[in-house]
Amino acid sequence: MPPRPRLGVFKFSSCDGCQLSLLDCERELLDVAGALEIAYFAEAVSAEDTGHYDVALVEGSVTTEAEALHIHDIRARSTTLVTIGACATSGGIQALKNGGNAAGFLKMVYPTPAWLHTLESATAISDHVKVDHELRGCPISKHQLLELIAALLAGRRPQTEPHATCLECKLAGQVCVMVAEGKPCLGPVTHAGCGALCPGYARGCYGCFGPKETANTASLSAQLGALGESPARIARAFSTFNTNAPEFRAEAEAQGDD
Amino acid sequence: MTERRIEVGLLTRVEGEGAVRIDMRGDKVTRAEFRIFEPPRFFEALLRGRGYEEAADITSRICGICPVAYQMSAVHAMEAAFGVGIDPSVRLVRRLLYCGEWIESHVLHAILLHAPDYLGYGSAFELAAAGHEGLVRDALEVKEAGNRIVSVVGGREIHPINVRVGGFWKLPERRALAALREELLAAIPKAVRVLDWTASLDIPDHARDYTLVSLWHPDEYPMNEGRLRSTAGLDCANDAWRDHFEEFQVPHSNALQARDREGGEYLVGPMARLALNFGRLSEGAREAAGRAGLGPDCRNPFRTITMRMVETLHALEEAVRLIEAYQPGERSAAPVEPRAGVGAAATEAPRGTLFHRYEIDGDGLITHAQIVPPTSQNQPAIEADLRAFLPSLAGRSEAEITHLAEQAIRNYDPCISCATHFLDLRFLDA
Repeated sequence: MPPRPRLGVFKFSSCDGCQLSLLDCERELLDVAGALEIAYFAEAVSAEDTGHYDVALVEGSVTTEAEALHIHDIRARSTTLVTIGACATSGGIQALKNGGNAAGFLKMVYPTPAWLHTLESATAISDHVKVDHELRGCPISKHQLLELIAALLAGRRPQTEPHATCLECKLAGQVCVMVAEGKPCLGPVTHAGCGALCPGYARGCYGCFGPKETANTASLSAQLGALGESPARIARAFSTFNTNAPEFRAEAEAQGDD
Repeated sequence: MTERRIEVGLLTRVEGEGAVRIDMRGDKVTRAEFRIFEPPRFFEALLRGRGYEEAADITSRICGICPVAYQMSAVHAMEAAFGVGIDPSVRLVRRLLYCGEWIESHVLHAILLHAPDYLGYGSAFELAAAGHEGLVRDALEVKEAGNRIVSVVGGREIHPINVRVGGFWKLPERRALAALREELLAAIPKAVRVLDWTASLDIPDHARDYTLVSLWHPDEYPMNEGRLRSTAGLDCANDAWRDHFEEFQVPHSNALQARDREGGEYLVGPMARLALNFGRLSEGAREAAGRAGLGPDCRNPFRTITMRMVETLHALEEAVRLIEAYQPGERSAAPVEPRAGVGAAATEAPRGTLFHRYEIDGDGLITHAQIVPPTSQNQPAIEADLRAFLPSLAGRSEAEITHLAEQAIRNYDPCISCATHFLDLRFLDA
């Protein structure tokens, strides 16, 4: 029997929710632990971070100098590096400090800012090293995580839908909350993966899976404006868990210029 | 006199990034530091200028394990600011949602993270492989039942999407909850087995005379509502945290710590809730606690593994009771009219009292935010535990001392992501 692939799970600046998604696969967890060697996973396993990883799952964004060095070390010791979640793929909610806010934020929160060391910006893992696959979402979908693990074990590419949340919503047969109820919804520009969760709960999508490819954000903003949303509110809607994703950041800035 | 330094560079099996440093001279602990180096994410700063309605979703991203707690404290604080009264069905469903989070968070910690310490294993996977697979499977199924509550009511397990100021976007259907009830009933005997197993463990014999703080409610075990009480006689409204406690910064932690206004350390969490609310546990939970030899007077923090399972059993039984009593209301949320004002609220997160306070301007935007998570409050007591318990191991090996130190920290299920990033912005203004 060939040795099991070695898995490493790594945390950068984050809430731990995406790596927790693995522990939330309650029915599959012991099977996953049987199929893979969970060699490093500090949240769940007491073991040293040594050696080479066949798969590295990386959660969180880079916000300190130590993290900026650490990601290169992980990359050098990993065959396949996968970013899991909005922080790792675009910087996360903490990227709201980018654009010159960092020093002010530090002073606002801590009486002795000099005792802390952080970078000016929170950045995506792909700003630092090559990334082989990414899972979107704040948090990721555990179904996508299991698909990714199964695909890597089988040596095939993971099947993760590239289309918009809006299409998932149509496929689920849900009534459009924007057309029928006039609720603001980012579904048309947001990457699929959640199963169009929010519209199923009578709420507009708030974009936690980040921009889909070729997102027409300007057109959506015009529609949101027609529903009565102010430019400031539209800018805020694009400035949450994927605020540093280029398409969302550009649209928020465009709204700010109005 | 032997001098030694024990350092653990990265604590494992905790949520977030922390370390520990202990200096001993003979049998004296001369320094005990629980160091939190989790990078700060500045939530209290980035909330400024955001809409009141965004606080629940933004603050849930502080912690992937207890997002419901952040959502609950946030919406209660906003409702206090605007004078919004919630409907009985909303009150019930919020409590149900909180039960789900207590179950998933408590079982995650008790069995997946903490239990390996008691038997000398490095993970629950090793525990399962070493003849305890039945136990780990039982625990995972109970955890799943908790997560099922959160995902049916909240939309998904992590960062649920259904909570809003005034109520929910959509109230659950009775039919969906009826199916959930069956799953919860099936989980109860498994939770009892896990609880009884934790009571059979070899527990280090240590205790201290803690000041314990939690919410207290006359009719129910506290989650969303109640007065703030302590074993030292405190009894105040739950929005008055700042009158009795304060935060402060230490150089070795990126998380602010907290103390009472006289400078004393205190503890929040399961031990505090049991001490102040034992009589309002569900019948099954009280019985199981009795069988395990646990009552309101237990002050051994190494028994918190069983205390978490007692609260898990309570949450399962309470969730069943809530589902049976549930009648969907006419509307999913009470109307909200934002206005300039201040609102604060504390609720009971799995790890203890979580306090939020917001100042809102006339446009409904947040101008100031303060968030005090349980782990911030527990840091000084955790360090005091290390100073009190480690001298008993003075002649022992470094490995034994390190093991007890790590286990003593895990007693508190420290949520380091939660703890890092918080402080009252007023320190600046002063």
